[in-house]
Amino acid sequence: MTGFLLRRLGGAALVLLALTALLYAIFYVAPGDVAQIACGPRCSPAQVAQVTEQLRLDDPVYVQYAHFLQGIVAGRDFSTGTGTEHCAMPCLGVSYQSDQQVTQLILAKLPVTGSLVIGAFAGWLLLGVGTGVLSAWRRGRLTERVLTWLTLAGSATPVFVIGLLLIIVFCSTLQWLPAPSYVPFTENPEQWAWGLLLPWTSLALIESAKYARLTRSAMLETLAEDHVRTFRAYGVGERAIIGRHALRGAVAPVIALSALDFGSMFGGAVLTESLFGIPGIGRELVHAVKVVDLPVVVGMVLVTGFFVVLANAVADLLYALADRRVVLS
Amino acid sequence: MSEALLVQEAGAAPAVAPASGARLFLRRLRAQRAASAAALVVLLLVLVALAAPLLTALAGQDPNAYHPDLVDSAAGGVPIGSFGGISGEHWLGVEPGTGRDLFARIVYGARVSLGVALVATVLQIALGLVIGLAAALGSRGVDQVLGRITDINVALPVMVIALALLAIVPESFPRPVLIALVIGGIGWSGTSKIVRAQALALKSLDFVAAARLSGRGKWSIARRELLPSLAAPVITYAALAFPTNIIVEAALSFLGVGIKPPTPSWGQMLTEADTWYQAAPTYLLIPAGLLFVTVLALTVLGEGVRTALDPRAASRLGVGTGTAKEGAA
Repeated sequence: MTGFLLRRLGGAALVLLALTALLYAIFYVAPGDVAQIACGPRCSPAQVAQVTEQLRLDDPVYVQYAHFLQGIVAGRDFSTGTGTEHCAMPCLGVSYQSDQQVTQLILAKLPVTGSLVIGAFAGWLLLGVGTGVLSAWRRGRLTERVLTWLTLAGSATPVFVIGLLLIIVFCSTLQWLPAPSYVPFTENPEQWAWGLLLPWTSLALIESAKYARLTRSAMLETLAEDHVRTFRAYGVGERAIIGRHALRGAVAPVIALSALDFGSMFGGAVLTESLFGIPGIGRELVHAVKVVDLPVVVGMVLVTGFFVVLANAVADLLYALADRRVVLS
Repeated sequence: MSEALLVQEAGAAPAVAPASGARLFLRRLRAQRAASAAALVVLLLVLVALAAPLLTALAGQDPNAYHPDLVDSAAGGVPIGSFGGISGEHWLGVEPGTGRDLFARIVYGARVSLGVALVATVLQIALGLVIGLAAALGSRGVDQVLGRITDINVALPVMVIALALLAIVPESFPRPVLIALVIGGIGWSGTSKIVRAQALALKSLDFVAAARLSGRGKWSIARRELLPSLAAPVITYAALAFPTNIIVEAALSFLGVGIKPPTPSWGQMLTEADTWYQAAPTYLLIPAGLLFVTVLALTVLGEGVRTALDPRAASRLGVGTGTAKEGAA
């Protein structure tokens, strides 16, 4: 077990290292004129020269990359023009637009995205697994067919379409809910929940489709196995077979998928955040892309990669814990 | 359709007149009612997209012609007339604010939606095939390097990396091409994983060994022996990836970083519709509905293709098994 963990972490670290090199090459080397991008399109050559000096863009690429890496593992100093500013590890650079440190920026947004993801996660897990269990239980009947079509419809709807419709129906037409907004949990838990209700619902509705299909197919697979037939022959009731035996087969894959989704969502539920105006990581990324704020873009992609790699490792581990047949190697 | 599968089918069902792979596939697809209906819808959409110039000429409209006289500028640009200005001339009404013909923009939008997703899918499948085959047939070192690259690829959610890449490409690069390249260039890891696993399994089979012993080169074996057997899983994967790519394009355009105006795109219309839904709900409902129908039809068709190519489903469909049900199907 320990050996597996160490090897998995080593592999993950390698992937992340390669990711930094790739991102560095794509975003700081390929565009060519980074100083101009950093300074803005209306900068005079003199200003560009100053930015080049300040960001040390004259150094060879590998030296710049080494500095970038050094920032992540040990922290580094930045010249601000008037003096230097220390950026503690893990330092992902300083925004071209706001001169804010990218790590601080991301940390400030993390609770926002976290609030969104956790609520939605609870929703889609309940809804998805519930739907899956129900359609496996009612297999071959009308209930299953209806649920199958609903699930298909769910997976065919982009999250921003369902979100738009929900806003229109519940906020504008019926006026049951206030316009979605983000209020920090620590400030007012009640407003926090009301403001996030629609984003949670939209994400949960869309994501649950995947879980419903996964749960259903895993359960049907178990139901077709010999030991279930034996249980039936012994007179075990359908309810017990579904609840106690078939559901067990779905636990491991559902946990693994949850871990993966959780990881990639932390990189920002980009669409949901943009649509509902939730100031999380995803919306910040869209903004950074529009104003070509390279350090923020690279930082956010790297953090997303970090979460996904972490989630992958956790998924493997949970899978093995939930399903004893899997051997970690 | 694979020759190998045909041989297998023919071997299992000597009583049935040998149908060509493609014909057997079509028969199995037609045996599924939902998939046939979906195929019709998709065909219709493709025809609409192909005939876009013809259809708009028929309607006598131009997608980019402004009609300021058709919107009520005093009311902020709301289309004059009921249902967003639907009339004999403007079949789906006009765009709020500008008065551009909605039918023409929708029809040209179908071109963008389907075209971008098609190119992206082809690209991602081609890349996945080459990378997967190279990993399976190459040396251990090649396999390991490609495996790591795949790991990195998996670590980056499509939306996040697509957004990031769009930040650094100059505005002058044609956007539809760029979006297709970005989606296709990122999304190959699913195909490459399937191809690698399948190719490794096939490699140890006798017919591949025979080809190797007869002195044929690696790529000749890959092309002539492995590719036909890889067709079924790869086609299935492509059919299910296509609707996802439509959603990604719509999402990027919705976020304002995808297709740029004046090129029409359904996703982009939804962004603008967001501010107009109270005054002109049709402007929101039409692109949203079309997006939903397109993705749903493609998903159902994809599921149908999966079933048609799945040898285990043959008995359920009663097509190509050579049993008595054959005549009835």
